[in-house]
Amino acid sequence: MSRILIVARNTFREAVRDRVLYNLVFFALLMIACAVLVGQISMDIESVVMVSLGLSAISLIGLLIAIFTGVGMVSKEIDKRTLHAVLAKPLHRWEFLLGKFSGLVLTLTVNTAAMAAGLFLAMLFVKHAIVGSDTVVLVAIYFILLKLSLVVALAMLFSCFTSPLLAILFTGGLYLAGLFLAELRNLQTTQLNPQTQKFLAFLSYLLPNFGNYDVMGAAAHGRSIPASLILHNTLYTILYCAMVLSVAALVFSRKDLK
Amino acid sequence: MPAKSAAWALLLVLPVGFAGVWRLQRHVNIEREAMHQEQDEVLVRSPRLMKMMTLEYSPLIADIYWTRAVQYYGGKRLGQDTNLESLWPLLDVATTLDPNLLPAYRFGATFLGEPEPRGAGRPDLAVKLLERGMQANPDAWRLNQDLGNIYYLELKDFPKAGQAYLDGSKKPGAASWMKIMAARFLEKGDSREIASLLWAEVLESSNDQTIKENARINLELLKSDEDIDQLNEITVRFSRKVGRPPRSIREMIQAGFIGGEPQDPAGHPYVIGADGTAAISEKSPLFKEKSVYRKPL
Amino acid sequence: MKKRIADALFYFRVYVFAPQTAWAIDDAKRISKNETMTAPAIETQNLSKQYPHGFLHLKKKTSLQGLTMQVQSGEVFGFLGPNGAGKSTTIKLLMGIIFPTAGTAQILGKPVSDVSMHRDIGYLPEQPYFYDYLTAAEVLDYFGRFHGFSAAERGERVQKVLKTVALETAGKIQLRKYSKGMLQRVGLAQAILHDPKLVILDEPMSGLDPVGRREVRDIILELKNAGKTILFSTHILSDAETLCDRVGVIAGGKLRGVGAPGSIVGVQATGMEIVFELAESAVNAQQILAKATRSGMNFRISVIEGELYAALGELRAAGAKIISVTQIKPTLEDYFLELVGQDRAQAAAIEVSGK
Repeated sequence: MSRILIVARNTFREAVRDRVLYNLVFFALLMIACAVLVGQISMDIESVVMVSLGLSAISLIGLLIAIFTGVGMVSKEIDKRTLHAVLAKPLHRWEFLLGKFSGLVLTLTVNTAAMAAGLFLAMLFVKHAIVGSDTVVLVAIYFILLKLSLVVALAMLFSCFTSPLLAILFTGGLYLAGLFLAELRNLQTTQLNPQTQKFLAFLSYLLPNFGNYDVMGAAAHGRSIPASLILHNTLYTILYCAMVLSVAALVFSRKDLK
Repeated sequence: MPAKSAAWALLLVLPVGFAGVWRLQRHVNIEREAMHQEQDEVLVRSPRLMKMMTLEYSPLIADIYWTRAVQYYGGKRLGQDTNLESLWPLLDVATTLDPNLLPAYRFGATFLGEPEPRGAGRPDLAVKLLERGMQANPDAWRLNQDLGNIYYLELKDFPKAGQAYLDGSKKPGAASWMKIMAARFLEKGDSREIASLLWAEVLESSNDQTIKENARINLELLKSDEDIDQLNEITVRFSRKVGRPPRSIREMIQAGFIGGEPQDPAGHPYVIGADGTAAISEKSPLFKEKSVYRKPL
Repeated sequence: MKKRIADALFYFRVYVFAPQTAWAIDDAKRISKNETMTAPAIETQNLSKQYPHGFLHLKKKTSLQGLTMQVQSGEVFGFLGPNGAGKSTTIKLLMGIIFPTAGTAQILGKPVSDVSMHRDIGYLPEQPYFYDYLTAAEVLDYFGRFHGFSAAERGERVQKVLKTVALETAGKIQLRKYSKGMLQRVGLAQAILHDPKLVILDEPMSGLDPVGRREVRDIILELKNAGKTILFSTHILSDAETLCDRVGVIAGGKLRGVGAPGSIVGVQATGMEIVFELAESAVNAQQILAKATRSGMNFRISVIEGELYAALGELRAAGAKIISVTQIKPTLEDYFLELVGQDRAQAAAIEVSGK
């Protein structure tokens, strides 16, 4: 267990020195600037717009980091052979993988938290007060984090057996598919024959359903989110990540490295 | 090489995992469904703001909003939810971001204009949308057609309907019947025949399946209205002759008032209702449509 | 004396891999050690590695075939071979970086798949590269954590090892600013940080200037004196000659021979070389010079050992000035080049024949 933490800590440190600080500050400032702008334009709904824009931006940036860093982490280590020296230590390959995962999730958490702080500052600036119902935004951000963790797990899985470019495409594609399928389940267009509909419904359960994490409407309007949803989403993420990472660990453990 | 047993263990664990995922997903679906509210459909409703934010990507975002509008409508119909209040904002933003998005104008014309429950019941918004569309697309005579239809069918404003068609007939590529119909509007006023013609034209010319379907049903309902009126004339004659209203179509056939079993446009025979008037059979698909389309408000 | 000769003859076995080269196996000292033995530090049996190759991954490329060898505890073993011969492949197989397609290997008595035995191994990968944004001290600290040292002990060891590889002043600079040679030294540092029993170095001298190489050589010797077993691969023959107790020569994926560097090249010297000065006008000069090659101001002539004194006499009679007389031993290089030349010819033949 502790070996996983050793790798995690190192991954975090490497990431911190590399990217995080820059986009944190940049984004936070950008948020506040946008807040001012938004305030000038639309009169009555600044809060709604700001929250939805803010959450979208946090989600997007988080997603980019999750995909690119998630893929890059393993690929880079293999490519540059930093991995070789580490694997010479008394450490199982799966421990290494889990450590990398934990480290990146930790990085994303810090990242997201900082951006969230920026968002709250912007909200404060625009509304001149933060009320209890604004804590829903925290839940929305937590959901974004859950989503990002799952994306990272997928990114790592793909990077274990395909080239970095393909891994990025697959992960991004799977994310979009997950969103789309969630939409599609609600849609059930009559233009598709029943078999296709059934198949798509099946897929929407099988593939990671990223629509689960979208609570922007509730967050923007300050409505509370049921605790049971929070629980179920958390369990869903944990379970799905566990499965993805197990497969990744298995693949990684048998892979011939360069 | 790590033990193969790890692979086998995983093979067993994965299905269990997926079963768990499945169940959790079910829960999540239910909870999200319950959580969803109408106001969540369109979060950024300000067209101005969107226009400013999306810059050169406006047409792309317009497409997204437009697609969303179609999905929204379809979803509502399927879920038999009659609340269409987000349709206008979606179309409003879409057409502001891309004023040349003709399909959006046409879709909006139909489904904003149609009365509830099958439309939003806001012909005023439909008019507004169409006027914006016509301003941005001066050559689109089809929009005139849609405008005229709204005025004629929903707002019952025949002069304005005629004017719309007349203006449209002057645009390049306009169909020749635009001018003729303009005259008819002013001449005949409210007429089922004209309404049928209008719907028939929409049915034939539209490329959008949803709009076509809507037109088809309207057309069939109008036809069935006509049929029922004719049948009722016969039932009146029957009751005058026999002294009481007929109890079934067969009775009327046996008594020699009708030649054969009249069928509604969906292919089902008409029936005589309890009050002695003709009606669409409950087994007919048209019955269901009628209950939606002509729901008493 | 008699026993010695008997021993020598007994242990003198000839492996014929190439017609004109005879090999001697380990000298008596090593063999007797064998008898009272601790298990070999590294042992492989028929270790092989094939890669799928070609467009649809249908063909197979063999990068290592049937490697069976042993590295004894406490010795310095050199893996020699041209590039692509299979040295790195072997080492990676041993370290569990790639997996064999056939055969087995054990390190310190445990199969290579057992990562717990990594505790006692230090490994320097070829072309090491470490995390850009960390400093050398931090990287070493990171690696040190896996061995369960206390924070204080880690700090001490890190400092000590930085000093050993002459990087103590650069300890706080981020690795992305390091030169290749410095990275090599960091790599070496992390390999010896935890005082392992066995050190495996993949091309430790690459990227180093002569000073650096000397330092690495000294470190290797220090490690040897401390009783550690060292396996390293190189294609620099002189390093192998000076450092190794034994060498294994790999070419074309196969082990061609194992033995002490001196014995590999043959027991007997093949002749003597005389360097001399001779005026061309001297008596008999043309006769002698015909057999000699010019070398700057001097001439060289090779004679077999038996004829040495006759030749010297001839030269003295002609009034030549003798500059030097040296033994000609075929070097490792000669043997090496011959092997490689054979391999290439074979490979070319195979390519041409299309098999």
